[in-house]
Amino acid sequence: MSNLNGKATHPTTSSKTDRFQGHDYYNVDDLLNEDHLLARDAVREWVKQEVSPIIESYSDRAECPKHLFKGLAEIGAFGPSLPAKYGCGGMDEIAYGIIMQELERGDSGIRSMASVQGSLVMYPIYRFGSEEQKMKYLPKLASGEMIGCFGLTEPDHGSNPSGMITNIRDDGDHVILNGAKMWITNSPVADIAVVWAKNEAGRIKGIIVEKGMKGFSAPEIHGKLSLRASITGELVFEDVRVPKANILPEVEGLKGPLSCLSKARYGIAWGAIGAAMDCYDSALRYSQERIQFGKPIGQFQLTQKKLAEMITEITKAQLLAWRLGTLANVGKATSAQISMAKRNNVHMALEIAREARQIHGGMGITNEYPIMRHMMNLETVLTYEGTHDIHLLITGMDVTGFNAFK
Amino acid sequence: MKLLVCVTQTPETTANISFNADNTEFNTTGVNFIMNPYDEWYALVRALELKEAQGGSVTIINVGPATNDTVIRKGLAIGADDAVRINAEPKSSMFVAKQISEYAKQGNFDMVISGKESIDYNGASVAAMIAEYLDLPFISFGTKMEVNENIAIINRDIEGGEEVVEVATPFVLSAAKGMAEQRIPNMRGIMMAKRKPLNIIEPVAFDDPVAVVGYTLPSAKSAVKMVDPEDMDELVRLLHEEAKII
Repeated sequence: MSNLNGKATHPTTSSKTDRFQGHDYYNVDDLLNEDHLLARDAVREWVKQEVSPIIESYSDRAECPKHLFKGLAEIGAFGPSLPAKYGCGGMDEIAYGIIMQELERGDSGIRSMASVQGSLVMYPIYRFGSEEQKMKYLPKLASGEMIGCFGLTEPDHGSNPSGMITNIRDDGDHVILNGAKMWITNSPVADIAVVWAKNEAGRIKGIIVEKGMKGFSAPEIHGKLSLRASITGELVFEDVRVPKANILPEVEGLKGPLSCLSKARYGIAWGAIGAAMDCYDSALRYSQERIQFGKPIGQFQLTQKKLAEMITEITKAQLLAWRLGTLANVGKATSAQISMAKRNNVHMALEIAREARQIHGGMGITNEYPIMRHMMNLETVLTYEGTHDIHLLITGMDVTGFNAFK
Repeated sequence: MKLLVCVTQTPETTANISFNADNTEFNTTGVNFIMNPYDEWYALVRALELKEAQGGSVTIINVGPATNDTVIRKGLAIGADDAVRINAEPKSSMFVAKQISEYAKQGNFDMVISGKESIDYNGASVAAMIAEYLDLPFISFGTKMEVNENIAIINRDIEGGEEVVEVATPFVLSAAKGMAEQRIPNMRGIMMAKRKPLNIIEPVAFDDPVAVVGYTLPSAKSAVKMVDPEDMDELVRLLHEEAKII
């Protein structure tokens, strides 16, 4: 088990309090129920107390605040929409989305810690695992006693996962796993990995690999200029003997990992709104406080244009996410609809981060403000869980009927 | 330990405060409400700690309309066992104290705890009035409380120091900073709160001797006047004639 308890190990870079306020121009709150509002306020408060005071410092040092895994578990951010029977929240999809929004308001890397655990590790075990697997892993993943990661992307197979070369071959009551996975959030600290690999028949299977299995290693990837507070690594398998009991029995083929990605993309569609709101909130306040030519810069038309466009785009994204959430709650959100929301909202957030950076002038490039950190983070979010361009092609395929991938 | 915690709802601290046209009512349009932090962070959490250490139950009570239910449910999500809402507008401290004390009379509570004051009207009087109605001892502004059997040792901040008092249950306490630390509800708590009882009861008749006549906002801060550092005469003149402090 990971020893991820304890407190932050480094002092904060800044003693500034987090003055964030939510923005709700179209009274979207009226569309939310009591669960959603309580969840939103609880996570927002947690982020203000636990994330905001330390995040710039950890991000600067490219260090993962591992102590936050425990806090994320305690607040209930791991698999909140899975059943209470497995130690989870039993909440709906909108609540899950709002939790991701509030976490990403703090930092995309913190949101990644939670969405990988919930959507990419707990969800496939819940959806495709045996009851024994669910009881063995889900309560420990929900409580943070175990940390998980998800292995699909390979060094040579990113947008085209069906080309994967990681494979399993039969060996009695075990399988032998070989291959390598790349860009794996949480992998260096993970106790288990849900890995997707091809069997002898070329069919993709999901398999749970545990830390300590011979031939399994998870080296860290260094030098990232984005998601610096989130730990990323590889997964390397050299003749790893994994019990057949660790294979997820209920799925075969690419639809397994893709359904997990849909779940995670759904969370990102909400999460990006959080990052965008934080940038807008900071820019709005700065525009009211920063004096140039004898008046606040918010009085200048070009600043107002930026702010007006920002809140308009945030409002549109909020409504898109809310509608997607209501569809997801009744099991009617299609993967193409989720794809559209992920692409639109992440791109929106990145554009807002860039505009907000301009409003902050020179201060915008410093870590006194969260803008540049969000902007750098969002470059990753634009690419992971399906790149911006691939999502355009998914919508393109959905509306034209023509597959432009091949 | 059977504990009753009084919680009220207040505007969040960043809310813009305004009144209706004839300045007799607070205008709630566009205002977000929270649980009064003194009730939540100090009274409720200390009650929960006592229950966790010694067993018993924590009931939260609120006087207010149905729109207060979200705040009440937050209290249940943090860990209270059940809740009571007295279905009436909380018109004055005395009205609220009367309603709560009527309920408390029937409950055989070991302690009735509230925050030291609400952060909106700042009356700091409801808990004292409840004690009076119930004819119980009242300890105000408690910052620390240890309980052994039916004896509580309570620290109170006083001007220039601290007072330590001993009191036997039952009693009424108002809690201040230091009494406990804020707890953030988690997702399971939020979902479990839906299954906890929230009993709604009607108010008892009460002829309120106090009525609000009107509200006014503090006068707006005037703009800062800059004085040339060389012009001491002008500074003295302004301090004398405008600020009228010398």
